[in-house]
Amino acid sequence: MDDTVVGNRSSPSYRWEVPPGRNGWAQPTHGPAPANAPASAPAVGAVAPGTAALLILADGRFPAGGHAHSGGAEAAVKAGRIHDAVTLEAFCRGRLHTAGLTAAALAAAAAAGVDPLVLDEAADARTPVPALRTTARRLGRQLMRAARATWPSPELDALAAARPRGAHQPVVQGLAARAAGLDPRAAAYAAAYESAGGPASAAVRLLSLDPFDATTVLARLAPEMDRIAARAAEAGHRALDEGPGALPAAAAPLLDIAAEQHAAWPVRLFAS
Amino acid sequence: MHLDHPETYPQRHTHGADPRRPDGTRRALRIGLGGPVGSGKTATVAALCRALRDELSIAVVTNDIYTREDAEFLLRNAVLPAERISAVETGACPHTAIRDDISANLEAVEDLEEGVGPLDLILVESGGDNLTATFSKGLVDAQVFVIDVAGGDDIPRKGGPGVTTADLLVVNKTDLAPYVGSDLERMARDAKEQRGDLPVAFTSLVAPEGVRPIADWVRERLAAWTAAPA
Ligand SMILES: Nc1nc2c(ncn2[C@@H]2O[C@H](COP(=O)(O)OP(=O)(O)OP(=O)(O)O)[C@@H](O)[C@H]2O)c(=O)[nH]1
Ligand SMILES: [Mg+2]
Repeated sequence: MDDTVVGNRSSPSYRWEVPPGRNGWAQPTHGPAPANAPASAPAVGAVAPGTAALLILADGRFPAGGHAHSGGAEAAVKAGRIHDAVTLEAFCRGRLHTAGLTAAALAAAAAAGVDPLVLDEAADARTPVPALRTTARRLGRQLMRAARATWPSPELDALAAARPRGAHQPVVQGLAARAAGLDPRAAAYAAAYESAGGPASAAVRLLSLDPFDATTVLARLAPEMDRIAARAAEAGHRALDEGPGALPAAAAPLLDIAAEQHAAWPVRLFAS
Repeated sequence: MHLDHPETYPQRHTHGADPRRPDGTRRALRIGLGGPVGSGKTATVAALCRALRDELSIAVVTNDIYTREDAEFLLRNAVLPAERISAVETGACPHTAIRDDISANLEAVEDLEEGVGPLDLILVESGGDNLTATFSKGLVDAQVFVIDVAGGDDIPRKGGPGVTTADLLVVNKTDLAPYVGSDLERMARDAKEQRGDLPVAFTSLVAPEGVRPIADWVRERLAAWTAAPA
């Protein structure tokens, strides 16, 4: 693998520098008006520029493979740990504060401009079990495909070339956010939301849970998602100068163990 | 990228609908097989592989709902070597994996091309679903909808996207028609009404050479595909 394709890892800071000749950090342009860039002037009211792009990226219908994954919910349902809205909420809260926080910080760092190959290694280090590494790379590859089609960018092309079998999904998510003109906090939001939203929608299918209850679970977790996204964004910014050591490494051992077991089931509804 | 670039979606190569391989040659023809549970999709795939594998380089992608049974059936029956069969997991939503979010299937298709290619033909079987399941044009070039006579002879009349728009409608298990009281002529009439000039094949896959009408249709499609300008 040729690191120079993606970035200069020997640079003193952890900023990702695309080699000269590429478009650099500029938004991909299709013509006089960059189609992907958020409006540069602040919008009237409190809504941040780029909000619409964030909604697209975080939409469960964004075609990046998420529908086939339960975020550990299938294993937890089978073990009896999720059986109703209350236990679903506990599960989603736990995932948000552990794997969710870690993913959100990786995404924020990628959106801030930290070298994605450094982040990909950091993600491996934060993902101890092989089953979840495989899942993260598979989903990263699928997200890469969708993101390159939706928000073409030389940075996404460069990472795709360096990691043809897929980089960790949160890293791709952060870079996709960046290509969509979003800031690190928006990237963190997308990852944090997905960490709870994935299991919640899977639980509806697994338990025939009332869909209104599942959505209420997410609404109840919203203030915590705000805090996680803010913390992750702050860590992502710090990683620009301090490197990946600034990123949280919160883990959930039970998710890890259950994911390994789930991967060996012969009959299952979800891929993870 | 030029400002006056004629294409609105120049990035199409990233999602695999482009008919050319990166090296400019024409890629394998991709045919999707959908239809209700148990209508004979896997049996059709198996029979097609047996009929065509000596003349064509073939691979298969299966989309099971919660098992790897279709892939395992094909393996057990040795219709193709194992490295030519790939199973995609669909999270309880087979129609999502072939229509709304085709990313996992595209990856399976590309991995097969890379691993055992160059291929002439890739068959993508959808897990048995309902009458509205259709394949995305970003995933396949043509689709076959397989129903059977035992599911009721009013299915062609009911229509739905699969019955009305599939490039080939297969009415399978004609051998069972006398036992389930299905009127084949009525099915043919109703299908004609729904589909106009689109073709319909009546098959019994338990009969020797029963898959021939479908195999012939595939050969025709492939000839047209290969002849089209790259
Ligand atoms: N009598 C008869 N049986 C058939 C015919 N074609 C298939 N079958 C049988 O029908 C059953 C279902 O066939 P499959 O090919 O597994 O059906 P499928 O559409 O792949 O089913 P799913 O993938 O589960 O949706 C099997 O037992 C087949 O042997 C036929 O032409 N006649
Ligand atoms: Mg089948």
